Amino acid sequence: MATNGIGAAVRRREDYRFLTGGGTYTDDIDRPGQVYAAFVRSPHAHARIKGVDKASALKVKGVVAVLTGADVAADKIGGLPCGWLIHSKDGSPMKEPPHPILAADRVRYVGDALAVVIADSLAAAKDGAQALKVDYQPLPAVASIAAAERAGAQTVHDDVPGNQCYDWHLGDKAAVDAAFAKAAHVTKLDIVNNRLIPNAMEPRAAIGEFDRATDSYTLYTTTQNPHVIRLLMCAFVLQLPESKVRVVAPDVGGGFGSKIFHYAEEAVLTWAAKKIGKPIKWTSDRAEAFLTDAHGRDHVTKAELALDKSGKFLAMRVATKANMGAYLSTFASSVPTYLYATLLAGQYTTPVIYAEVKSVFTNTTPVDAYRGAGRPEATYVVERLVEMAARELKIDPAEIRRRNFITQFPYQTPVALAYDTGNYEATLGEALKVADYAGYAKRRDASKAKGKLRGVGFACYIEACGIAPSAVAGALGARAGLYETATVRFHPTGTVTVLTGSHAHGQGHETTFAQVVAEKLGVAYEAVEIVHGDTGRIPFGMGTYGSRSLAVGGTALAKACDKIVAKGKKVAAHLLEAAETDIEFKNGKFSVAGTDKGVGIGEVAFACYVPHKFPIDKVEPGLEESAFYDPANFTFPAGSYICEVEVDADTGTVEIQSFVACDDFGNIVNPLIVEGQVHGGLTQGIGQALTEGCVYAADGQLLSGSFMDYAMPRADHVPSYKVSTKVTPCTHNALGVKGCGEAGAIGAPAALMNAITDALAPLGVRDFQMPATPLRVWQAIQAARGSKLAAD
Amino acid sequence: MYDFAYHKPTNLADAAKLIGAKKDGRLLAGGQTLLPTMKQRLAQPSDLVDLAGVAELRGIKAEGGGVTVGAMTTHYAAHTSPELRKAIKALAKLAGGIGDPAVRNRGTLGGSIANADPAADYPAALVGLGATVNTNQRKIAADDFFKGLFETALKPGEIVLSVSFPAPKRAAYRKFANPASRYAIVGVFVAETANGVRVAVTGAGPKVFRATALEQALAKKFAPESLAGASVPAAGLNSDLHASAEYRAHLIGVMAKRAVAAALK
Amino acid sequence: MTITVNLTVNGQKVTRQVEARTLLVQLLREHLDLTGTHVGCDTSQCGACVVQVDGVSAKACTLLAAQCEGANVLTIEGLAKDGKLHPMQEAFREHHGLQCGFCTPGMVMSALDIVRRHPSPDEATIRKELEGNLCRCTGYHNIVKAVAAGAKAMRG
Repeated sequence: MATNGIGAAVRRREDYRFLTGGGTYTDDIDRPGQVYAAFVRSPHAHARIKGVDKASALKVKGVVAVLTGADVAADKIGGLPCGWLIHSKDGSPMKEPPHPILAADRVRYVGDALAVVIADSLAAAKDGAQALKVDYQPLPAVASIAAAERAGAQTVHDDVPGNQCYDWHLGDKAAVDAAFAKAAHVTKLDIVNNRLIPNAMEPRAAIGEFDRATDSYTLYTTTQNPHVIRLLMCAFVLQLPESKVRVVAPDVGGGFGSKIFHYAEEAVLTWAAKKIGKPIKWTSDRAEAFLTDAHGRDHVTKAELALDKSGKFLAMRVATKANMGAYLSTFASSVPTYLYATLLAGQYTTPVIYAEVKSVFTNTTPVDAYRGAGRPEATYVVERLVEMAARELKIDPAEIRRRNFITQFPYQTPVALAYDTGNYEATLGEALKVADYAGYAKRRDASKAKGKLRGVGFACYIEACGIAPSAVAGALGARAGLYETATVRFHPTGTVTVLTGSHAHGQGHETTFAQVVAEKLGVAYEAVEIVHGDTGRIPFGMGTYGSRSLAVGGTALAKACDKIVAKGKKVAAHLLEAAETDIEFKNGKFSVAGTDKGVGIGEVAFACYVPHKFPIDKVEPGLEESAFYDPANFTFPAGSYICEVEVDADTGTVEIQSFVACDDFGNIVNPLIVEGQVHGGLTQGIGQALTEGCVYAADGQLLSGSFMDYAMPRADHVPSYKVSTKVTPCTHNALGVKGCGEAGAIGAPAALMNAITDALAPLGVRDFQMPATPLRVWQAIQAARGSKLAAD
Repeated sequence: MYDFAYHKPTNLADAAKLIGAKKDGRLLAGGQTLLPTMKQRLAQPSDLVDLAGVAELRGIKAEGGGVTVGAMTTHYAAHTSPELRKAIKALAKLAGGIGDPAVRNRGTLGGSIANADPAADYPAALVGLGATVNTNQRKIAADDFFKGLFETALKPGEIVLSVSFPAPKRAAYRKFANPASRYAIVGVFVAETANGVRVAVTGAGPKVFRATALEQALAKKFAPESLAGASVPAAGLNSDLHASAEYRAHLIGVMAKRAVAAALK
Repeated sequence: MTITVNLTVNGQKVTRQVEARTLLVQLLREHLDLTGTHVGCDTSQCGACVVQVDGVSAKACTLLAAQCEGANVLTIEGLAKDGKLHPMQEAFREHHGLQCGFCTPGMVMSALDIVRRHPSPDEATIRKELEGNLCRCTGYHNIVKAVAAGAKAMRG
């Protein structure tokens, strides 16, 4: 291993700039002559727009222009597209109502933009937005799945009867029904997977710019995937040649999925920049972010697990309803289907599984992928069911899992996925050891002695990362490729620039990707520079989502490095006057096998750019290689989490006493960064289970619309974590890596809720819904006491 | 934020004159609530009169078995004041639990009570200790000061100079904080004073109030067990995302018991 | 209303004409080009904007520039000297106490305020004292470690 190569806990090179205030986030950028945009957003969850009086805003000092949905329509601007077509059970395509970038005749959620006011200062733009007179005719709103499905409910879109986007299913229903019919035991749960608001700490921002001299556009934006934004905006919305549009994602302050999507503001600013003739900047404030960043989760599920007498799983049946919000966001349709139901086998040999998923439109903010995207929802269903079954059958929760673990790989699940590798016993065994599960009873008694209820909960999750291959995804409805790209560019004096299609917004690619190159090419880590986030510099790439960067982007990078070595061998053979087949490459040196003759990769690079002595008849000068990598399969990270809590029954307060995570991410490039990803994911998962609840009033007003009402996990909500890893390398990518970005958020909610319900079981509480706020815990206890009294 | 005219008087007389002359003027103390409100365009003062330069509003003085705390005393200064800690430890501790460290460095006693947020901490201490609010025009008993939701007995242009807190025999404050905002879902200040037991509750109703049933229960014996059976009815208490009225009523009992136990320690 | 503010920022005396409604964070970011201080919310909750004013932490989004007349302001840009990180910054780097970097300046500035009040903070103290700072990336685990290590380094 090179000192700073694969496996080393290299301290991040990004950190100096972030620690000294030298990062460049979108809002830190100012363009010459820049003006400012403020969006006018609907205060109603549903209303007809009867009129917009532009003059009311135009007379505000400093206002330059007001553009409305009517202007968008007049310019024949397209709507925001959805990137995944789902077909219903009956074969019909999902409903895809138009999603205009500014609403012209109807607004469909609080925050839906209908106009933009552009002014020479931000304050003037906000003054103008506030002054703009809009004549709304309020309409009835449906703000929840239940309300949208009610007979005779108001439709969010006229051509979507019953508000149903699709009615999809997966699995063998008949086989599942048959298995349930002969089961010794059936465990049932009603589950609400609570809606979440992503809240990356950096609010979204964008600057649209048009250069009249070259007839070209630049969009600076807070995105996780600049090429995807460029593609969608050019091909579907603005009908511009991609060659004339550059999208730059500079330093981005966290994404968690919410910055994958193509948002209306990006297209509006790009379009308006040409109309106004000036760069236009917009920065979301937090209140706006709460209303307009795509939300996450929001499932309602009925789940059943059939078991035999010994606790063997026979079948699983799941019926889920998913809230899409008012419009289909970029990948919304795929989240509760292919990213969810396909994961319902978990780590177990459940032979047959059937899932049906209905998704509906509501008068709420669009819902899309949020850290984990479908997989946390699936894990929550599986792991809550499994733990509940263990309780009902009085089998130890670790033991029931062991009895059902998949142990033979590759393993074909009944829900389409084929796991390549894994060792679930290893991660569970390690977690049990670290958690001192054997000593749990003692700790429970100690808690009891001080008046607290203690509980322990497990979650053994699986996730599917690096979604692929493109051909299969395409057959299932994906409208994009799922590969990644990398270019490795040697410079004449031996330093290297890497251009990657992956994007980092906290993940540390500038460090880890340089480690990969240092390892593969034997160059100094310091000599490798990583460039990402600018379509003007990098090759076409799909960006970062679904824990894919290392597994897909890193593999593309490894392949590009392999191509460099292959070409380098030809050049080295010429320089060393040997046969190419005799050249070996190791630790940055090409040498002739069995001799001490050799030449360093730096010298080879120099020869490539100063080709005086060069095999010009066989290879071209220069040393730069690109690779596109389209994976053969998903990767399947998995792990075991064990959580212990103490509950204060007097107040309903839950305190996490310990949280143990043992994950299998395959090979690890930088353990420091991997641990950091786990810590962050766990805290987001704990946030979902403990503090975070997005609440809409029945009329569609967002009640949890600021940090005053939406409880983000803070430092004192969470403990120091005990994290460790076990390694079964991925079998189908060159680095043997699987991805680690979402694991914590996937496994934590189930572990925590299992622990809390375990703690409350002695009081007669069976289950209740996330988040386990003090109020909910107290109410669950009261309800249990009430029913106990009634029973007595 | 709407624009406004900014003034920074250097003495009380000038401050009074300035605020008296501006119909839509507001006094600016620490600004930790006023400025966020203005940022959201929920308030549109024509003028802000910054009290930071007014020397008469500063200082903490122990006198006659009580403490007088200047209106512009920051929560941090109150929390760390040796005089205050010695005279009324519960009050110093309460100040250390308001907002967060950076907010405590700017937020002030005067600003907090003049704002009269129904979930703020200080009002519980004022009412719980039977304090007196000293203004540039008069003295107002705490029981008469808090009138309703964000509403006080202060007249337009009246400036809080200080608050005089009589030292209790024993006292303690227990807050059940909103996990998001950190304001009190329920905060209970209990004090055994020369004039009897006082129990003040913040966060639970439209304004801080005294829980007379709990006071009566504790009057017999100032001990947690005295509260068994005593309760505050849920009717009229706040009900929101974070807590139902029933839950708040329950928490008042729990926090009161814990406060009494802490006061006895 | 336009006002003139005079203050010292990171050791430099500065004078700027600004609207009365200008917040300290706007003065720093828009008038002095010190973009290391960030804005992450509008309710004074997130702490991305924490700076020091006269030696103590303050949320620069909840403070008017006008209130800082004559004040001594220290921002994240003023911590490293001659390219060498302050011990607290170094501790954050060493312990991977940051990911996307957006909350980081406020975290570091709040960490310094914690050390001012608690020279040897234990884990519980650090977690409690970070209540005014939100981070969505790190889960706080490594921030807590970094603050403890930074405090230790500052004690020497």
